Amino acid sequence: MPTNNPAPTIQLGPSQPAARHSISTGLKVGRASDVGHVRDHNEDVLLTLETSQLGDQAIEPLGLFVLADGMGGHQAGEIASALAVRVVAYHLTNAILRPYLFNEARDASQPPLSEALVSAVEAANKAVHDQVPGGGTTLTCALILGRRAYLAHVGDSRAYLWTDNRLRQITKDHSLVDRLVELGQISSGEAQSHPQRNVLYRAVGQGEALEVDTYMEPLPDRYRLLLCCDGLWGMVSEDQLAQVLRSAATPQEACDQLIETANAAGGQDNITAVVVEP
Amino acid sequence: MQTRATNPELDTRTIAVEPKATRGHGEGTLAVGQVLEQRYQILGVLGMGGMSAVYQARDLRFPSVTKLCAVKEIINLAPDPQLRAIAVQNFEREANILATLSHPAIPKVYDYFSERDRSYLVIEYIDGQDLEAYLADFQGLLQQEVVLDWGIQLCQVLAYLHSHNPSIVFRDMKPSNVMLDKHDEIRLVDFGIAKLFQSGQKGTMIGTEGYSPPEQYRGVADPRGDIYALGATLHHLLTKQDPRVEPPFSFHERPIKAAHPAVSDQFVEIINRALEYEPEKRWTSIVEMQSALEALRGTSGGPIAKTGTVRMSSSEIEPLWVFACEDEVRSNPVVSEGIVYVGAYDNNLYALDAQSGQFKWKYPTEGGLASSPCVWQDRVFIGSEDNSLYCINAQTGRIVWTCPTQGYVRSSPRVEYNHVFFGSDDHHLYAANVQTGRVAWKSDTEGPVRSRPAIGDESVYFGCEDGAIYAVDIRGVLRWRFTTKRAVTSSPALYEGVLYIGSGDHTIYALDVRSGWAVWRLRTGKPVISSPAVAKGTVFVGSVDHSVYALDARTGRQVWKFSTDNQVTSSPAVFEDAVYFGSVDGNVYSVDARTGTLRWRVRTGGPVTSSPAIAEGVIYIGSTDRRVYALVA
Repeated sequence: MPTNNPAPTIQLGPSQPAARHSISTGLKVGRASDVGHVRDHNEDVLLTLETSQLGDQAIEPLGLFVLADGMGGHQAGEIASALAVRVVAYHLTNAILRPYLFNEARDASQPPLSEALVSAVEAANKAVHDQVPGGGTTLTCALILGRRAYLAHVGDSRAYLWTDNRLRQITKDHSLVDRLVELGQISSGEAQSHPQRNVLYRAVGQGEALEVDTYMEPLPDRYRLLLCCDGLWGMVSEDQLAQVLRSAATPQEACDQLIETANAAGGQDNITAVVVEP
Repeated sequence: MQTRATNPELDTRTIAVEPKATRGHGEGTLAVGQVLEQRYQILGVLGMGGMSAVYQARDLRFPSVTKLCAVKEIINLAPDPQLRAIAVQNFEREANILATLSHPAIPKVYDYFSERDRSYLVIEYIDGQDLEAYLADFQGLLQQEVVLDWGIQLCQVLAYLHSHNPSIVFRDMKPSNVMLDKHDEIRLVDFGIAKLFQSGQKGTMIGTEGYSPPEQYRGVADPRGDIYALGATLHHLLTKQDPRVEPPFSFHERPIKAAHPAVSDQFVEIINRALEYEPEKRWTSIVEMQSALEALRGTSGGPIAKTGTVRMSSSEIEPLWVFACEDEVRSNPVVSEGIVYVGAYDNNLYALDAQSGQFKWKYPTEGGLASSPCVWQDRVFIGSEDNSLYCINAQTGRIVWTCPTQGYVRSSPRVEYNHVFFGSDDHHLYAANVQTGRVAWKSDTEGPVRSRPAIGDESVYFGCEDGAIYAVDIRGVLRWRFTTKRAVTSSPALYEGVLYIGSGDHTIYALDVRSGWAVWRLRTGKPVISSPAVAKGTVFVGSVDHSVYALDARTGRQVWKFSTDNQVTSSPAVFEDAVYFGSVDGNVYSVDARTGTLRWRVRTGGPVTSSPAIAEGVIYIGSTDRRVYALVA
């Protein structure tokens, strides 16, 4: 028995104009980095790289956001984080930004996006290991292309996605206390003040082999992506983060408020954050 | 290089010796020839750590012979004089306990003394090598009998320590603290004192202990912690995976047998129980663990009393029904409204009752049917090697229309937007009106199109034998093309804006549907002809390399891999918690979707290249033994 076809019939034929996807003009980005109240220098580094275009034939915007929190004595921290961030941006410019701008043909010989991100972080690992003895750094980078965010991550800086009125931590901390929380040995509240809360089991610049975590997040029409280091999330509760991301009028205001909140809570460490919205 | 913190606090003394030097030689080291307490002449350095060193020395009280001893030097880094004095007191108390111990595996303590900011322990010199160095030097994997023997010796000495009143907890069990002397006997060194991180350390530190149990980070130190550390030590010795550079507490994620397949299941069970996160779940005492290890050594794999998972044996499944065609069934069945439609190489399209397998009708085309039918409303569409796509009435089996092309139609059709989309060996993808069969457009490619198109977002996606994956819009105009190095026979699967497909270049690709960018890829051992199926965030696909892969849809990470005895060109189908597929080894498999373990397997009379169709809890699949099988899921 024929049933009614619920799907609409689309007329095929040369008279139909081509479907046009709506393209936004550019991402809106807020950035802030502050030395905090206790430290005397800033070992965090944030690098952002974005494209935006106007016009009928405009291509989708691309955004690259790289955050690093350095460690190691005698300035090794700042040098490590600054070096790592530049190496990552350099590699991704070659592997992704260039082909994207020149609309080169898609080919199996090009590395997929997630592999390009991992290679970039591995290159940063080698650079820091070779050039900054005693230095190490966390590294969290996000590439936004079209409706998706691709992330590569090592350490305990974090990426959060605020969407649908909910805040969700995307990345996993590579810290000892995170494992203890996972195993139910301590609560996440206890983790904030645990004596070993600063112990990482993975960082960039420590040795030859580095395992890099990758994530792929579909992005809805409305969202705010936050990348931040432990100087922020260690001082401010998740509820407070969500509150700021929900209510701030612009991403820049959100960043400024986040810094203020962290400083008001003591500002024990450097505070750096980037907030991105479509 | 690892940045390790040193700890000046009192009850956290470190006499651990790290084989790798972490401070410069000469930074306050004792010189060769230097004499301590007018008795111990330093002969050389045996090892150095962050705040400790071990020297080989000669006891000059025996002038006519060379009586060797080991001298451990600990630098007291407590920040103020009062704390320093307490540290010395604690050290001396510890030395006294050690001096009373008497066990063949524990080096004798001869003397102790403190000078300025250093304390010294004089102990029996062990001529041998620690297990960390032994493991590094050893080519290949250690034999499990050897590790088992060491494990038993270590249990014995730990049992001795635990049996004291109060119990002495070793707290520092690891390969570098175990020495193998010249008689191949185990000697425990560096014990009684734990190594903890400096608390209040500014900034981040990198590196963990690796062998310590989780509760040790809460400050708990009890004998069951030694059990965990022994398990961690044995795990390291068998797998050669150093837990200090792996994520903490990740032993269960790195199964011993994956690294060292020859290790017996019983040995693995004993170690796994020692490595339970919760102390209550571990062996209740080191003596209990020792008995289990001894039983293992004594018998050759006698049963160990342990709660464990019982391995399910794959049972024989009886088919619901079987239908014989006149030739091989290579293509996939399709089920709709209680009828199974399937094409066979005997040129016929069959319609069978899904419940009973009873024959309803068959339609003879003029060529072999290698592709799968597609059912839409009351029509069945199938491509034939007689170059045409057929539209047949699903109830009666009578022809409605045919759409001729210039080459074999081996692609399976797809119906959407009132059109039927299919490929032909004549290098085109066709869009034909579903009612009339008239061609609306055809897209050019450079090779036969055998892949089944996938449709989404007003675009049509398909693979081609020319090696490319095409995305065309609904007018047939090219949007993007992704070139791989070999033919793409696999059909794409769409999920959350990503297209998953396999290529003859051995790779499974995940492409962004809008731009054609590759998001991730996974290489297998051989061509991927099977089409992926995606369910609950996991991609399932087979390869000619004999395996079916389960990959995380977002990142491409392998969740599991299931091996059969021959090529898997069949495409998996998912139903509830299981994955179903056929293999060229002649079997139809049902595998647990989450874990990749076998649920059941049914043998047919020939290679199974067909992919299953699932309806109402029944799996329908064809085999080259000419039969169509109906199996209960």
